[in-house]
Amino acid sequence: MKFGVIVFPGSNCDRDIVMATNQVLHQPTRMIWHQETDISDIDVVVIPGGFSYGDYLRCGAIARFAPVMQAVKDHAAAGKYVLGICNGFQVLTEAGLLPGALVRNQGLSFICDRLPLKLERKDLVWTNQYQPQQIVTLPIAHGEGCYYADSETLAELEANDQVVWRYCDAKGNITAESNPNGSVNNIAGICNIKGNVLGMMPHPERAVDLNLGSTDGKTLFSSVISSIMAIA
Amino acid sequence: MPNFSIAQIKAEGLTENEYQMICDRLGREPNKAELGMFGVMWSEHCCYKNSRPLLKQFPTTGDRILVGPGENAGVVKITDDIAVCFKIESHNRPSAVEPYQGATTGVGGILRDIFTMGARPVAILNSLRFGELSDPWVRSRVSGIVSGIAGYGNCTGVPTIGGEVYFDKAYNRNPLVNAMAIGILETKEIVKSGAAGIGNPVLYVGSTTGRDGIKGASFASAELSDKSQSDRPAVQVGDPFLGKLLIEACLEAFKTGAVVAAQDMGAAGLTCSTSEMAAKGGVGVILDLDKVPAREQGMSAYEYLLSESQERMLFVAQKGREAELIEIFHRWGLHAVVAGEIISEQIVRILHKGEIVVDLPASALADNTPLYHRELADTPEYAKQAWAWQDSDLSYSENYQEILLKLLASPAIASKSWIFKQYDHQVQNNTVLLPGSGDAAVIRLRSQDFGVGEANLSAELPLIGLAATVDCNARYVYLDPYEGAKLAVAEAARNLSCVGAEPLAVTDNLNFGSPETATGYWQLHEACRGIAEACRELSTPVTGGNVSLYNETLNPNGGSQAIYPTPVIGMVGIVNDIQKICGQGWQNVGDVIYLIGSDRTSLGATEYLAVIENQVTGRPTPLDYDLERRVQQVCRFGIHQGWIKSAHDCAEGGLSVAISESSISGNLAAQIQLKNLRADSDALITWQNLLFGEGASRIVVSVSESDRPAWEKYLQNELPNNYWELGFVKDSESNLDIVINNRSVISLSLAELAHPYNNAISQWFTKDLPTA
Repeated sequence: MKFGVIVFPGSNCDRDIVMATNQVLHQPTRMIWHQETDISDIDVVVIPGGFSYGDYLRCGAIARFAPVMQAVKDHAAAGKYVLGICNGFQVLTEAGLLPGALVRNQGLSFICDRLPLKLERKDLVWTNQYQPQQIVTLPIAHGEGCYYADSETLAELEANDQVVWRYCDAKGNITAESNPNGSVNNIAGICNIKGNVLGMMPHPERAVDLNLGSTDGKTLFSSVISSIMAIA
Repeated sequence: MPNFSIAQIKAEGLTENEYQMICDRLGREPNKAELGMFGVMWSEHCCYKNSRPLLKQFPTTGDRILVGPGENAGVVKITDDIAVCFKIESHNRPSAVEPYQGATTGVGGILRDIFTMGARPVAILNSLRFGELSDPWVRSRVSGIVSGIAGYGNCTGVPTIGGEVYFDKAYNRNPLVNAMAIGILETKEIVKSGAAGIGNPVLYVGSTTGRDGIKGASFASAELSDKSQSDRPAVQVGDPFLGKLLIEACLEAFKTGAVVAAQDMGAAGLTCSTSEMAAKGGVGVILDLDKVPAREQGMSAYEYLLSESQERMLFVAQKGREAELIEIFHRWGLHAVVAGEIISEQIVRILHKGEIVVDLPASALADNTPLYHRELADTPEYAKQAWAWQDSDLSYSENYQEILLKLLASPAIASKSWIFKQYDHQVQNNTVLLPGSGDAAVIRLRSQDFGVGEANLSAELPLIGLAATVDCNARYVYLDPYEGAKLAVAEAARNLSCVGAEPLAVTDNLNFGSPETATGYWQLHEACRGIAEACRELSTPVTGGNVSLYNETLNPNGGSQAIYPTPVIGMVGIVNDIQKICGQGWQNVGDVIYLIGSDRTSLGATEYLAVIENQVTGRPTPLDYDLERRVQQVCRFGIHQGWIKSAHDCAEGGLSVAISESSISGNLAAQIQLKNLRADSDALITWQNLLFGEGASRIVVSVSESDRPAWEKYLQNELPNNYWELGFVKDSESNLDIVINNRSVISLSLAELAHPYNNAISQWFTKDLPTA
């Protein structure tokens, strides 16, 4: 199986993903320039964090017009896997692959921290190696990570169990105090109805090496690797 | 009749005498554009006319030094395969006037210095000085400067891994912003700035040139006054997105081998890059301003030459390979044009609208610059008075607990997490020690020399790492510039040793007041003497740095207030194995706590004296090089053996604050038994001095009980009379208890300690307070 990491001008977590998938998990990985259109060799597309196109206008708003994004949409429509992390999550909402929007953090400042998250869906290809309702700690680093959706969309998301990760306290309680950025319903990550497209603000690729303190994010990558290996 | 009035000459930042020197060098009077070029190139910021004789005494060579002062940044060898490039630079004046842009372009500028050498930036640190937080003007600078630093580092994807922040009224209207960057060399050869190859094309690459930051270097070399706000056009405007693209495009361009020399356009923009590249290479350059991409219309030659628009570089390319380079920049959406040529005659010749507008010897701008040897005055009165101060001048309060809590709430000591949480400190996936968790930052050194296409990374993650710190207790330097500067170097090295790193090399940022006053020059002279000596004694050569003078605020009534002399020491050290490092927090209940090093402390020049007694006086405890080297060696060895589980330098606030910080950081309490540490024959010291006194060469460490025999045997050999067992680590439910001679002097829960420590800074920014 093969990972593809999209490189927009301004992407800056692209090499971090490659470290996770290629260096740590030994999977073939290709960095894909935003003007490419053929990604047929790829099983899992990852849209990395950073500031694509400087995040001018709105985060992710320009990236969705990049030539590669049509191929990513087709990839998702075919039921193949797409993961958007941080700026990548913003791009996925702008591109209409996931509902809602990411707006400026409630406290207005950029936040870099490591926070507990509660897993709400363990049946996905992305999460099947985690324990049900597992509490993990993952790094966050964003200025515009406040997830917003109107009440109708939010009700649908919850009804369809599309919320994958929520910010919580160390014991797993979903509280206002444990919500770093004001996201509705403490949402940190969501998937589409089919579950093949996942977007999340926290950075699993920054938690794949014990020398840096945590491997809580490695499980996400190994889940999707073993799922695809099993299908193949 | 001269071409210019005295006022016009002064407006360029030059003296009448300097104008005469220019005429002598040229054999004629300069024109307007030429005069402007001299104005910036002869500023302290560019030519070090006041500090050069003093900087000469710094040690600059060593086994691992590949590039010392004179290039865009210093380079040190880590292994046969890895070389690291690093430098510090100030952006003080712009940040006072326009905090966000001033700070953001400070970071952008220092990043350019790094990747200009062919290195990928892998870390940023910063050293900040602010006035008192109760002042709304100061708070607006804190918010603006912090978000400016965050803005550039976060967007370019370079982690801000550490730094230091102090607050003191000495900086009330003159904040200091010093940014340090570190990079890993990605090119086979280090890219240098000396132009070469007659007939080679000169490429202008990056962003466009506009009217921002005009004469920024001269502005940065003058005092601040209430009129400085009107100098806002002298502040540059940064675009970190273009900065990120420029990093990627430049590194790709350098790897082609088609770039002969490169220089970033920072201070003095096109003027500095053309004249320095020509002077260093012993050649000349012709540059046609009509080829330079402009973002505004109708710019004069003067404006083109003195603009400090950001994200621009000048390359000398191999003739015939310019198209290859231009393609790379266009692919990254950046400008790249051939704008000139290298010539044999050693002149800088600038064309504009078909005419020669500048025709100057390169050396007159860049090498043959003024030099001022100033007279060293006697020790100033303020220092003599301070040195006469005695501990016995104090009437002591015995409310130790209250004093400790006040010190923990002093913004200079308190947690800086409100600040560093705004910086992405983990991007690039190499941050081993997070900000606030150790005495220095530690990153893994891992090549990221790959890009679009199939990845083929080594399956082995390297264990080699780098530690970095920035340090300066400016109060010490103010009260005793020579001793204070030595202490700053020693503390930087000690901080590296506290995480297990071996100190390697220094980059320094000399922030001082005017050298034209007797006191100002005395401070600069004595501090440089101290830095030079300490760097030699501790085997940490200086590879470069930055000088920022005239950090003074002019009052409307004509008086002038200088900052504390602040020679910030940036230091890097090698971590051979990132698994053998340690942080500052206690790790395990039951671990034994020791103080290693010196028992010599004083309340003079301390945070205690400033915060509790409201006095800035006394003299810092002098440094003992031999003991300093030994205590650092012992600390590193103990960490590498795995004996030491935590290590923390005793700095501001003394022993009790160091112990409290290890408790807060590790979320574990401690039982501490103190007695008079000194030998029986010595005079007794006060308990205040024992708890809050400050001195060099002191590290608090914790060691597993099971390692006690091996550790103590080692200590007996290496530091026989310089270690003391203080107590042991307790669980998080217990209090931190400090007992002196069987009397409890401090008993506080972790929450009681953490509350003032964690909120002292953030409280000013989370509630609604008036802003300036």
